[in-house]
Amino acid sequence: MIVEFGHFALILAIAVALFQMVVPAVGAWRRDVRMMEAGGTAAVSQFFLILIAFTALTHAYIVSDFSVANVYANSHSTKPLIYRVSGVWGNHEGSMLLWVLILALFGAAVAVFGRNLPDSLRANVLSVQASIGVAFGVFILFTSNPFDRLSPAPFDGRGLNPILQDPALAFHPPFLYAGYVGFSMAFSFAIAALIEGRTDAAWARWVRPWTLAAWMFLTLGIAMGSWWAYYELGWGGWWFWDPVENASFMPWLAGTALLHSALVMEKRESLKVWTILLSILTFSLSLMGTFLVRSGVLTSVHAFAVDPERGVVILAIMILFVGGGLALFAMRASELAQGGIFAPISREGSLVLNNILLTVSCATVLVGTLYPLALEAITGEKISVGAPFFNMTFVPLMIPLLIALPFGPFLAWKRGDLPGAAQRLAVSAGVALLVLVATAAYVQRGPWLAPLAIALGVFVMLGAVSEVLYRAKFGQVDRAEFQRRLLNLPRAQFGTMLAHFGVGMMVVGIAATSAYRQELILAVKPGDRFELAGYTMEYKGAIAGKGPNYEEQTGEIAVFSGAHQITTLFPSKRLYDAPPQPTTESGILASWRGDLYTVLGDAQSGGGFAIRVYFNPLVRFIWIGALVMFIGGGISLSDRRLRVGAPVKARRRQSAAA
Amino acid sequence: MTRKQRRGTLIGAAVVLLGTAAILTLFALKDSIVFFHTPSDVAEQKVKQGQRIRLGGLVAEGSVKRGGGTDVEFSVTDTIKTVPVSYRGVLPDLFREGQGVVAEGVLDPSGHFRADTVLAKHDENYMPPEVADALKAKGVKLGPSATHKPGTAAN
Repeated sequence: MIVEFGHFALILAIAVALFQMVVPAVGAWRRDVRMMEAGGTAAVSQFFLILIAFTALTHAYIVSDFSVANVYANSHSTKPLIYRVSGVWGNHEGSMLLWVLILALFGAAVAVFGRNLPDSLRANVLSVQASIGVAFGVFILFTSNPFDRLSPAPFDGRGLNPILQDPALAFHPPFLYAGYVGFSMAFSFAIAALIEGRTDAAWARWVRPWTLAAWMFLTLGIAMGSWWAYYELGWGGWWFWDPVENASFMPWLAGTALLHSALVMEKRESLKVWTILLSILTFSLSLMGTFLVRSGVLTSVHAFAVDPERGVVILAIMILFVGGGLALFAMRASELAQGGIFAPISREGSLVLNNILLTVSCATVLVGTLYPLALEAITGEKISVGAPFFNMTFVPLMIPLLIALPFGPFLAWKRGDLPGAAQRLAVSAGVALLVLVATAAYVQRGPWLAPLAIALGVFVMLGAVSEVLYRAKFGQVDRAEFQRRLLNLPRAQFGTMLAHFGVGMMVVGIAATSAYRQELILAVKPGDRFELAGYTMEYKGAIAGKGPNYEEQTGEIAVFSGAHQITTLFPSKRLYDAPPQPTTESGILASWRGDLYTVLGDAQSGGGFAIRVYFNPLVRFIWIGALVMFIGGGISLSDRRLRVGAPVKARRRQSAAA
Repeated sequence: MTRKQRRGTLIGAAVVLLGTAAILTLFALKDSIVFFHTPSDVAEQKVKQGQRIRLGGLVAEGSVKRGGGTDVEFSVTDTIKTVPVSYRGVLPDLFREGQGVVAEGVLDPSGHFRADTVLAKHDENYMPPEVADALKAKGVKLGPSATHKPGTAAN
């Protein structure tokens, strides 16, 4: 009954979305305030209807209602509650429902918080947002309905893929989707601006918080996915340049560029046309990501069985929105007014460099991801493009970006002082140089690029901090005055600092762990001792155990530093009951120096086990860096200047109130 | 600086960077891509020795032999031809006889394939599309594990 209720709510939501797509846009066209106002109401009701549908499906999962085909296929009565809930989006149908739920949530947020938007802009934004909702709603209803019933109801479900039964992965999809779908706001705003033929600094000020929020979620979502792959898959790697990973990384790169170009547009009314184009492209890449993951056209280490028919429908939706958006852009872009002038060496200039480097690097990732598809379509040859390709193309583009990054915030708007900026960065550069020498002397092996990359990361980290210190006149005024100035700095300044600091941390972590990782693969019998990266380990044996829905073999490895035992690691192999599938649980000793990472392999014929031991130096910096970036985004978002939104002209406010 | 000059600088910078990226991409595509082959391709000598390839097919029934330590020997078959593979390391969780597999490595002069990577997968029901296509092209009838079942996708 509740399931039918949810099903009905979904159908109703699509009808409401259809109304929301047409009525406000017509209202904006005819300047009919009542019709425009209807859009807000519709957006909020659409959100609640989809929420009802989503809750109904979640309820079916919680009570294990196996008469629902989707629950039967992806859940099992013995699963712990948290994974029964996360199972809702651990499958195609449910995850698409989550997708439209988040889409509607953003639409409703515009309706509620966008009171200070000009009426017609708000109406057009809601209308575009609803059109995406209609397309995906219809897609769900006709090709991937999560509410389909089974008769007779099976006794128990088939279970959720065990590797998805994991806390980090339970929350990875919602964050990732909040990011993907959040960029729909930038898209809707861009289309609305093109329909109106008008953009200004205020437009950028409205778009930026939404883009920033989406970017934050995407950053954390990608980091969670990477962290999960690291500890759950048991390969010790954290990024594989796999098509599914690239699919989420491309919108991130474009979104990062958008965040920075919107800044130029807001402060200087420059780069308008480019920002609009970037808004369309960023969401297009999000749609493409959804398509690549959902259609299964690419071979991926992260691929799950999918139905290729649905891919075709998503492809059609993508072509409709991307093609429509770009066509509208081509027609209207020339009508947008030109912005201010600036010198190449200026804050704007540095942000333009940021944009060029980010979009070009995004393009190389796109080529690497789609080239196998194109080649297969043309010649029929099947190839794979892996890490070496991206190391040769993406990495060289990141190096100038990272060198330029600390300079940007030191340059003034319009015309900057490069020698001055260099002078202010001298200390950071000096320390980075020391780090370079020290790293090279300490490791004495590995690629020559690695110490440079680590030094570059340190330069970015220190550069970010020194910018804030410089703004607060550190060393130039006494301590009390410095503290007062520091506290008076706008929050966005700290947000920028943290985000850039996080980038630096990531660079250090990536370089260190890629270049200096140590690995040991061996077969062990109880009592065997071995050493890696200054740790001595003793394999004690394996014990069989049982969890709520799995059986496991757990290896016991005592870890010593010198003669002193630090800890015991318990890597295990699990065999789940439903579906019967083995998984690897790694045993990890985390420290600032790096992770000691152990994996239990297969049982050996003569007793004992094969094990793999890795030492991944500074690997935590990668995810902590991402977390720092997320926090930086949050602090920026809490800045009053962003929240207040654009100033509303008195005349318009009166007419809105009337 | 006039608007025209500014635009010129911007476009110039963008073109230089795009050009660099395009050159890098072309070199990278030439050097670092890996072709996919079936055991029949190997038997027909389509694969040069020493060339890095991906070998895909099914793990032949009864072919998995674990040697001393972490050495593993198995055969990859497309049911017409079979190629022996050796691999040192820990196999992915879902590696099993009769299941689809993709191994990456180099063919040695004796016709033995030395894999350094055996591709893992996340899902029992997933078959890498190349393997599924290649087997279909050879007229192999795929079991239920290779067909795409709705409702099993995730992520």
